[in-house]
Amino acid sequence: MRLVTAILIYFSATALADTVLVSLEKDNALAIVDGQSLSLIQTIKIGRRPRDIKLSPDLAKIYVAASDDDAIQVLDARTYQVLGTLPSGKDPETFAIDPKGERLYASNEDDNQVTVIDLNSSQAIKTIPVGVEPEGIAVSPDGRWVVSTSETTNMVHWIDPVTLEVAHNTLVDPRPRAATFTPDGKQLWVTSEIGGTLTILDTASKETVKKLKFSIPGVNQTLVQPVGVLVDQNRRYGYVALGPANRVAVIDAQKLEVIDYLLTGKRVWQMAFTHDGKMLFTTNGASHDITAIDTQKLKPIKSIAVGHYPWGVAVKP
Amino acid sequence: MWICALIAFLCLCLSSAYGQTLFIAYIGQERADLRPATANIEPLPQDLGLRGAELGIEDNNTTGRFTNQSFRLLGAVVKQDEDPARAFYFLRQEGVRHILVNLPAAKLLALADSPEAKDSLLYNVGAYDDRLRGKDCRANVLHTLPSHAMRADAIGQYLKKKRWEKWFLVPGPWPQDQLFAEALKRSAKRFGLKIVAAKPWTHTYDARRTAESEVAVFTQGVDYDVVLVADEADLFGAYFPYRTWLPRPVAGSHGLAATAWHPAHEQWGAVQLQNRFRKLAGRRMQPEDYAAWLAVRAIGEAATRTQSTDFTPIREYLLSDQLALPGFKGVPLSFRPWDGQLRQPILLASAYDIVAVAPIEGFLHPTNELDTLGYDARETECHLKR
Repeated sequence: MRLVTAILIYFSATALADTVLVSLEKDNALAIVDGQSLSLIQTIKIGRRPRDIKLSPDLAKIYVAASDDDAIQVLDARTYQVLGTLPSGKDPETFAIDPKGERLYASNEDDNQVTVIDLNSSQAIKTIPVGVEPEGIAVSPDGRWVVSTSETTNMVHWIDPVTLEVAHNTLVDPRPRAATFTPDGKQLWVTSEIGGTLTILDTASKETVKKLKFSIPGVNQTLVQPVGVLVDQNRRYGYVALGPANRVAVIDAQKLEVIDYLLTGKRVWQMAFTHDGKMLFTTNGASHDITAIDTQKLKPIKSIAVGHYPWGVAVKP
Repeated sequence: MWICALIAFLCLCLSSAYGQTLFIAYIGQERADLRPATANIEPLPQDLGLRGAELGIEDNNTTGRFTNQSFRLLGAVVKQDEDPARAFYFLRQEGVRHILVNLPAAKLLALADSPEAKDSLLYNVGAYDDRLRGKDCRANVLHTLPSHAMRADAIGQYLKKKRWEKWFLVPGPWPQDQLFAEALKRSAKRFGLKIVAAKPWTHTYDARRTAESEVAVFTQGVDYDVVLVADEADLFGAYFPYRTWLPRPVAGSHGLAATAWHPAHEQWGAVQLQNRFRKLAGRRMQPEDYAAWLAVRAIGEAATRTQSTDFTPIREYLLSDQLALPGFKGVPLSFRPWDGQLRQPILLASAYDIVAVAPIEGFLHPTNELDTLGYDARETECHLKR
């Protein structure tokens, strides 16, 4: 009886812990890290040059962009078995899934287009021409907008998911890399790698609310290259990964001011929250590890070696 | 012949031009291939530069779809015995004000000083000569190709960091070789390096049978850390690596070469540009192609940001500190106000690898580390009123 209780406790404890999934660009693999013990559990071979990674809204599937295989792989989120591939078009790097889990939008950097995939039929239903080198992509929480950022055209393209046409364009600073909506859907945050800035746009008017420039004492300004961006559920803090500056900027998401820079590994790239939002994981491409950040204390607590060139990260509850 | 075709084309497109269409011209000239048979594995394309401009126009137009601006290129590559001034004259007559020039320095200056050049902007995409950024600088010329001094300083910084401080300088016989050698001498002085020997290469270029013995003998009797070859026409430099008397590396125009662009460069998204170029041109992107692409993209970026295709706002934007041109080298690029040179990192490349990207870490500058390459504001001989 005692043993059964012990087992039950053990299972409930592991069930609570998140699993951190990290795509390894140069190992062609997925690293699986235990969110509780913060240790690498397993590495699984997947498609070639895996980059963006996301879970389906029902948490049953994992999608990974296998760039060199020109496809998005679909994995079972429990067994990590490859279930199939999606026709993402050439060299998929980043993608976004709508809140209902019906569609996936993938950026095709080489072809200046966004591919729309119907997730029920696993068919590409449309390609939408956008600017040169589309990179960042996001769907608003209410599903009203899909945005695509193009790195060489320096624009945010607002795509209407009903017509699947570009409805608006907003010019932003040079080389926009990533975009994310605030969880309330009211703002779109866009990072500019070469501009060294974060542009915060108002979703309703598509106008700039504020532009934040990052500068870190003792770090050369040219190394400050904002890439990944996330805002927490309560819109208390926003986080911007600053690439080779090896830091994550913390932003007061109400006042829209930078309040801190947290040291991570080298070339910090993408980020993901744990499901309770208490921890943030960053991928550090050039130091081959991920950093766990305590979002209550705003302190990095541990770096975990995962494999060569960690690119994307997703957290499975 | 080509002029008639050009005029017909001009009339056609200028008359059909509507709204915000910006015309950009390109003038180049065919070149003779002087390289010996063993050094010509890579062909010498006659469209060097032009294809980069074409890709820039494509990129500008993709952006232009969203801003209702369109860009058109008028390209002229004249024969070796033709005077590019005629092409320039006709382009100016048709009102084209942004003109990319891929010509030797003297011919570029002749165009820039001609009465037709008034109220136009020339973009140097083919001449490395430091005098164009120095005593012979012109207010109506911008340079998107780096200078000899920028390339030499990139090598100087890297070799200083490696502590390969004793240089054996080998300039070739051509004027461009002498100019690059002068730039290397300046860099050596700047970074506290020592030229322990300087010996011009005067031997036959076609060393098919004798290069092995010739280079060995040529480099005998000197103690040095590294050979610095200045062979801008690619006539003999390829024979130096592995053939020196002492086991020493080679740098300069060959061996570890300083260049604006290289097929092995893939960082900072560069692979996208390499792929786009290869798809368009069917060959690898060269420094002149990159310089031309940059010039067209700079104009496009100015047109997007100023929301205008008019000459004056574009010119003012390009020369302002507003320009932050992404050039796939990890940092924003801009024009130096004192000499019109586009600041840019320089790649240090071996045949199939990027060894380093200058400015090398640790070479500091009070305002912009890109200004550790080439002539800084305090050193310039160019004093322009723009």
